[in-house]
Amino acid sequence: MASQIDEQQVQHVASLAKLKFTDEELSEFTPQLESIIDLFETLEKVDTTGVEPMTSATDRVNVMREDVAVNSHQRDALLKNAPDAEDGYIKVPAIIDESGDAE
Amino acid sequence: MNFETTIGLEVHVEMKTNSKIFSPSPVQFGSEPNANTNVIDWGYPGVLPSTNKGVVENGIRAALALHAEIEPHQHFDRKNYFYPDNPKAYQISQSVSPLGHDGWVEIDVDGEKKKIGIAEMHIEEDAGKNTHSPNGYSYVDLNRQGTPLIEIVSKPDISSPDEAYAYLEALRERIQFTGISDVKMEEGSMRVDVNISIRPVGSDKYGTKTELKNLNSFNYVRKGLLFEEQRQQRVLMSGGEIGQETRRYDETTGQTILMRVKEGSDDYRYFPEPDLPSLEISEDWVKEIGDTMPQMPNNRRDRYVNELGLTEYDAMVLTQTKEMSDFFEATVADGADAKLASNYLQGDVNAYLNDEQVDLAATKLTPANLSGMIKLIDDGTISSKMAKKVFKGIVAGENPAEYVKAHGLVQLSDPAQLQPIIDEILANNEQSVTDFKNGKDRAVGFLVGQIMKQTKGQANPQVVNQLLMKSLQAL
Amino acid sequence: MNFYETDLTQLHDDLVNKKISATELTKATYDNIKAKDDQIEAFLTLNEENALAEAAALDEKGIAADQLVAGIPLGVKDNIVTKDIRTTAASKILDNFKPIYDATVIEKLKAQNFINAGKLNLDEFAMGGSTENSAYQVTHNAWDLTRVPGGSSGGSAASVAAGEVLAALGTDTGGSIRLPASYNGVVGMKPTYGRVSRWGIIAFGSSLDQVGWLTTSVKDNALLTSLISGHDDHDLTSSTRDVPDFGAQLNDDTNVNGLRIAVPKEYLVEGVDEKVKEVIKAALKHYESLGAIVDEVSLPHTQYGVAAYYIISSSEASSNLQRFDGIRYGVRATDVQDLEDVYVKSRSEGFGDEVKRRIMLGTFSLSAGFYDAYFNKASQIRALIRQDFENVFKDHDVVMGPAGPTVAYKIGSNIADPKTMYMNDVLTVPVNMAGLPGMSIPAGLADGMPVGLQIIGKPFDEETMYKAAYTFEQSTDFHKAQPNIGGQN
Ligand SMILES: [Mg+2]
Ligand SMILES: [Zn+2]
Repeated sequence: MASQIDEQQVQHVASLAKLKFTDEELSEFTPQLESIIDLFETLEKVDTTGVEPMTSATDRVNVMREDVAVNSHQRDALLKNAPDAEDGYIKVPAIIDESGDAE
Repeated sequence: MNFETTIGLEVHVEMKTNSKIFSPSPVQFGSEPNANTNVIDWGYPGVLPSTNKGVVENGIRAALALHAEIEPHQHFDRKNYFYPDNPKAYQISQSVSPLGHDGWVEIDVDGEKKKIGIAEMHIEEDAGKNTHSPNGYSYVDLNRQGTPLIEIVSKPDISSPDEAYAYLEALRERIQFTGISDVKMEEGSMRVDVNISIRPVGSDKYGTKTELKNLNSFNYVRKGLLFEEQRQQRVLMSGGEIGQETRRYDETTGQTILMRVKEGSDDYRYFPEPDLPSLEISEDWVKEIGDTMPQMPNNRRDRYVNELGLTEYDAMVLTQTKEMSDFFEATVADGADAKLASNYLQGDVNAYLNDEQVDLAATKLTPANLSGMIKLIDDGTISSKMAKKVFKGIVAGENPAEYVKAHGLVQLSDPAQLQPIIDEILANNEQSVTDFKNGKDRAVGFLVGQIMKQTKGQANPQVVNQLLMKSLQAL
Repeated sequence: MNFYETDLTQLHDDLVNKKISATELTKATYDNIKAKDDQIEAFLTLNEENALAEAAALDEKGIAADQLVAGIPLGVKDNIVTKDIRTTAASKILDNFKPIYDATVIEKLKAQNFINAGKLNLDEFAMGGSTENSAYQVTHNAWDLTRVPGGSSGGSAASVAAGEVLAALGTDTGGSIRLPASYNGVVGMKPTYGRVSRWGIIAFGSSLDQVGWLTTSVKDNALLTSLISGHDDHDLTSSTRDVPDFGAQLNDDTNVNGLRIAVPKEYLVEGVDEKVKEVIKAALKHYESLGAIVDEVSLPHTQYGVAAYYIISSSEASSNLQRFDGIRYGVRATDVQDLEDVYVKSRSEGFGDEVKRRIMLGTFSLSAGFYDAYFNKASQIRALIRQDFENVFKDHDVVMGPAGPTVAYKIGSNIADPKTMYMNDVLTVPVNMAGLPGMSIPAGLADGMPVGLQIIGKPFDEETMYKAAYTFEQSTDFHKAQPNIGGQN
């Protein structure tokens, strides 16, 4: 099966990942990704009907913490590591697009 | 053309736990920005989430309250998107195996009852908060990041803005009675997004829906939906098409305004959260939680009417908040007469709360003290007039019996003490005695007034009446 | 100080008995590093000043007999967060990053008063098999400076092989401890998933990552692994199983009598270099001569491991690395007009090519319309891979084979072709996919370069692996071979 990715698709995936490629990078990356995705597609050959996907290797289940609050008192140290901070807030260039608001 | 309306609601409720859903930072409002954060809340390199058991239990409580089926095998998923208030650039949520599904609540619109289905409900983390400044910057506070949320998604059963309003009321009432949240829209502990579409009556295909986000009150939900319903009708009637849009309700104009056009669906790239082991919810655990669940308001109302003899109206008023209902029940459990307790809570207590603009929990009034006062009225120790004074004492946290004692408010009910006073008043008011004998009943009122005056209002009026009549007839 | 001529127990005894002071040992370690690291280029950050201060303080109060690593300088891979010590994961995006907390493994070692010698180079965010993907420097193989040290724990392996430090921490997501151990002729163990806490390990593939040690001897490795293992409340995936004292069980009586060794035929196929095969076959013969039983078995899904692994690890990585956005820590791009610029420029300038490739592959594998064919399919294959192992472990104690298909290759020879690079992981990734423990021990030389024998164990049965490895080590001389760096040693 032919690979499912072209330069336009690479651009779309890059935008999801907040990455930007120059045209030059794009023409280098696309065939590389193509060839790896070809490799991915070899999995089609395996019959996985009815196989429960394995998404974790932990031997644990139902692990929970009691609802006890602990204040880290790390605020100042955290703010000090921020590239830009003001009055206790993390500062970023204005947010114009509200679409990111959590749902 | 006639249209029918389909409305969907997505409600987020913030839980009032001690700590966050995946980090031990405190859940607290009104703190300094970023004061309630740690390396987990900031999505530091190398940190891992850890699930708060209290949140899972609260989720089960909510599911039980909303008659939902609880998913026995749950895991968390990551919902990926970039935003400054979303520090990991993914939200830990549940998409494949939501905690509950297929629930319902009953609504009552103009006396017509209807069940509204709940498609699914799941637990997830809240994001932080961005404040936008006109100076070209935004400011991020991660205090809210990680606050536990329950998201409740309705089935397409709601067919009018009034039903949507009633659904929200029902939802708020039941969630509130589980005790897991304050469910206050004005404080952001309940947030509502809605979508609405219309279609010609009889059509088997839903129309294109528009979304309204960040609505600030139930009323705005209703008004926004009404506007949107009519707007869509106008568009379709004039041969137009509804766009897949997110719109905002403008409170000042009462209109909805286009925010953005949705191009296809968002791609959140959900996948199972590898940092958190899965959850197996046993029937025993659910039962254990169910056994300790507070009774729901409809059951309480039935009990108030059938067992405590209250009117439907009283039962309704008392169950408007869990706080009030719990207070009432504790007062009755302490031995107070149910009717009196109900009257006091709806009367003096409510008036006090309104005057002071406080919640019951914020006062010093206790069920024991209220019931103490009611018992003093019941056994004749104080008059209901005196109770007005005593009430001032108990809302300030004082014990009613001690207050009565300290302020000499004890009612005179002992005939041995009252008879000499009556005799004296009769002796000093011969004209009134004569009037009484001549059939002027008015004289009795005057004499009682004199006795009350003499006893500085402490005489038990019923006892005085009895003794006075007896004395007058004996003369 | 030549660390090949001593070991952890010896150094510890000498420190307790004051035959050597922690200060002397620390100075000697930095002497080693200074003599060799110009050529090896294993260290990204040296912690010399703090280390010497800590050593002096320890000398002052004396070395506790029950603290095995007290006063002993050890290396730490730079994707393990260390409080107040710059931690970069070999990425420009974390160039200025000073963590404000310690990884659990570091906390455990600190509780034992270890000395952190410094932070070791790796492939950026542990993505790679050669350490050529570091944003800072290319580390060189201790045996041949023109060759790669393997990766991604290449700095850790080369540093130990070069005798700079006694031991170093690495991480292994798809072979990142075992491959460099093999290339550098040292012992490397990736414990069972969940054996060691991941708190403070900069996540790459969260369902695959594990921390482990690179050492010159099996016993050191066993002793050190016990020190960092065990349940941690900060890592809900960490196991609550008891942690044996792995090292205490290795002695003159340790043997492999009756040990049932499975050798998958898929691990000795065409793609594996003939000379590597010879070394491995000789090692297996040696096991037989020691009383072990060697059987050929099949792990039929091995050939799909690499594809499935790259889908899963890249998917998890694409999500894990989204937090590097220039907003809360790390490097924010300077020339930005708006928020989108902060994201896109910080990430595009901050990440290297290999990291971008993985992010792209992972984002693609999870994206709408592709999830089922890629991520979900790979997760199903993962289940089959684990099942393969479970079947073999029904009547075998360990699985053995090569750790890598070749010996260390020349720097620059494969970097242009990511797919070829990925195929180098064919023998190591199934272990991570199944969550099993895996190790590599020196098994001999091919063309003068070390070859690692990979030992794979049942879940949480590192004990049997260490015994098997120890028996081999003690009955051969391979572990005594030392690289000859620039004519020194
Ligand atoms: Mg949602
Ligand atoms: Zn939500």
